[in-house]
Amino acid sequence: MEAGQMAEAASPALRERLEERLRDNPALGAMAVIAVIFIVLVATHGLHDVAQTGLNGLSLGAIYALGAVGLTLVYGILRLVNFAHGDFLTFGAYMAYLVNVTWGAPLVVAVFWAMIATALIGLLFERLLWGPMRRQHAGFLQLILMSIGLAFLLRAIVQWFWGTQIRLLDVDTTSTVDVLGLRIGQTELIVVVVGVAVLLAVGLMLRLTLLGKRMRALSDDLELAETAGIDTRRVVLYTWIFAGALAGLAGVLAGAITNLRPELGFELLLPIFAAVILGGIGDAFGALAAGLVIGVMTEWSTLVIEPRWKTAVGFLVLVIVLVIRPQGIFGKAKAV
Amino acid sequence: MSLDPGAIFPLAVTLESLTDPSFWVGVGVIAGTYAIVGLGLQLNTGFTGIVNFGMAAFMAIGAYTMAILVLKAGFSFWLSLPLAMLASMLFGVIVGLPSLRLRADYFAIATIAMAEVVRLFAQNARGLTGGNRGLFCEEENPSNCYPDAWNDVADSINGLVENLWADPPSLFPLLLVIWVAVGLATVALIYVQRTPWGRVLRAIREDEDAARALGKNTLAFKLQSLAIAALLGSFAGFFLALNLRTLHPVDFEPLVTFFAFSVLILGGMANYKGVFVGSILFWFLLEGTRFIELPEPPFTETRIAALRLAITGLLLIGLMAFRPQGMFGKRQEMVLGE
Repeated sequence: MEAGQMAEAASPALRERLEERLRDNPALGAMAVIAVIFIVLVATHGLHDVAQTGLNGLSLGAIYALGAVGLTLVYGILRLVNFAHGDFLTFGAYMAYLVNVTWGAPLVVAVFWAMIATALIGLLFERLLWGPMRRQHAGFLQLILMSIGLAFLLRAIVQWFWGTQIRLLDVDTTSTVDVLGLRIGQTELIVVVVGVAVLLAVGLMLRLTLLGKRMRALSDDLELAETAGIDTRRVVLYTWIFAGALAGLAGVLAGAITNLRPELGFELLLPIFAAVILGGIGDAFGALAAGLVIGVMTEWSTLVIEPRWKTAVGFLVLVIVLVIRPQGIFGKAKAV
Repeated sequence: MSLDPGAIFPLAVTLESLTDPSFWVGVGVIAGTYAIVGLGLQLNTGFTGIVNFGMAAFMAIGAYTMAILVLKAGFSFWLSLPLAMLASMLFGVIVGLPSLRLRADYFAIATIAMAEVVRLFAQNARGLTGGNRGLFCEEENPSNCYPDAWNDVADSINGLVENLWADPPSLFPLLLVIWVAVGLATVALIYVQRTPWGRVLRAIREDEDAARALGKNTLAFKLQSLAIAALLGSFAGFFLALNLRTLHPVDFEPLVTFFAFSVLILGGMANYKGVFVGSILFWFLLEGTRFIELPEPPFTETRIAALRLAITGLLLIGLMAFRPQGMFGKRQEMVLGE
């Protein structure tokens, strides 16, 4: 009786404390949600299936995360919602195709070329478009429509030279590898390993190097960073190189586990936006984590729904985040 | 040494299609459809300051609701139209309620995501929408792609113009109906813009906080603006359905919304008459790639499609860089946000 009363008295206070904790650190809440989903799925479908789909999800998630980290930094630093970012991925994938299939060079060479070429077009458009537009203080609508125009232009270039037919990179799509009782395609395994390794490297670079710190400082508050004496123009150029190279890599990885078509990147753009917003706009670490989460969630969903609906998961996450917490799970409460 | 005339004039214009009335009627039908979408965008983006990237979804909901009601539920064409309009407006309100509270960039992403959800649904809910195979033409009788009620309307329009034009192209009745609708919608919107309601929209575009400080429920005004755009979107959806005869999810790609944005920007922001001119010019430009006979070796069909995409992209980039206000807009009404 007494204990019951105490519990009743304690529970509102406890709930209040819990709510406060969640408000201060919503990433905890998100992790709790993921944990609950994980437990429910393991209970209903068994650990093997959950781990198997989760592994597939990691390869998809690595692609989302690689795309999202560049998009979020460009967004944070330049206040540019770059709708052409998806077509950077497409461009990278076709650059790899050019080297890998047309010229017959090994895929590793193709990957490096794709990263360099995509970084270069990132720089090119900064010099031709974004820099001049920033100097004339272009409005938000001007920039967003310009990025859409650029997306169409890039897709048109790809379609002009390679057509709309589906193309494949020269990768092994048939042989599989058994890891800890899980079966994964050889190419998919490479994508997971490369993707996660690069993500770790990117995370370390952002945390430890001066350039990484400067990028995050600019993304956080451009004017403050400028006042602190950071050469913003140089950081902006490095950001484009960084975003372009990672987008190019993400495009090749996406092309390797599926196939190449001119819409490849545009179709990936919205899940990537979902990762950017879930992670909090401008937050590079948030984008990395959120990309992986959305990738894994997308593949987990195939346990419950038909695989053809799985694309909806990214959109669902996007909608839920926008309604509940538009500043993202890592973002601070500010006007959105 | 003989010279191939095609080598000297690779961009020879074939007068054949230029003088073909069905070509012009086709361009007019598309231009009219997009003028209606553009009017909705003008109300949203030009006058209310909300960047709506989801017009394709409103068109899809209008078109699919109408077609499903007629084909699957046996409703009459005339009853299905208002129901489809309501469905589209309701969808606009449901989408707008959570997302219109957000900053403009978040709203833009939210609306394009919502439009993709609708397209994904149309693609995958095969029992209802026919999926990628399409919807509208009767399976047992593919020659009958229009509802009977529309055929009656088309017949009576053809009967009216019989004395002036004996054998008009098959899309001619649709052309007339669309442009009457464009005219009525333009007049209505211009009128509405002069009312106090219209002035509140402009105030929201200029400074939402100030409008709120004056006691205006800005969310309600923005919702109404979005719902009217959804209504116009459903009209465009009907016209698209009657034009294409068969609905496919691919007809409602985000590209559709951005074609309409090109129309809007070309005509100019905050100017309804600009939409009218912008749409005709834009589609003349895009469809023009059809009557310039391009030599086959480099210009395959997919390359001409790529060319149209490139024209749209370059047009958007060029206008934004050099003339963001378009032909008839005012520059100070273009700079949204910061």
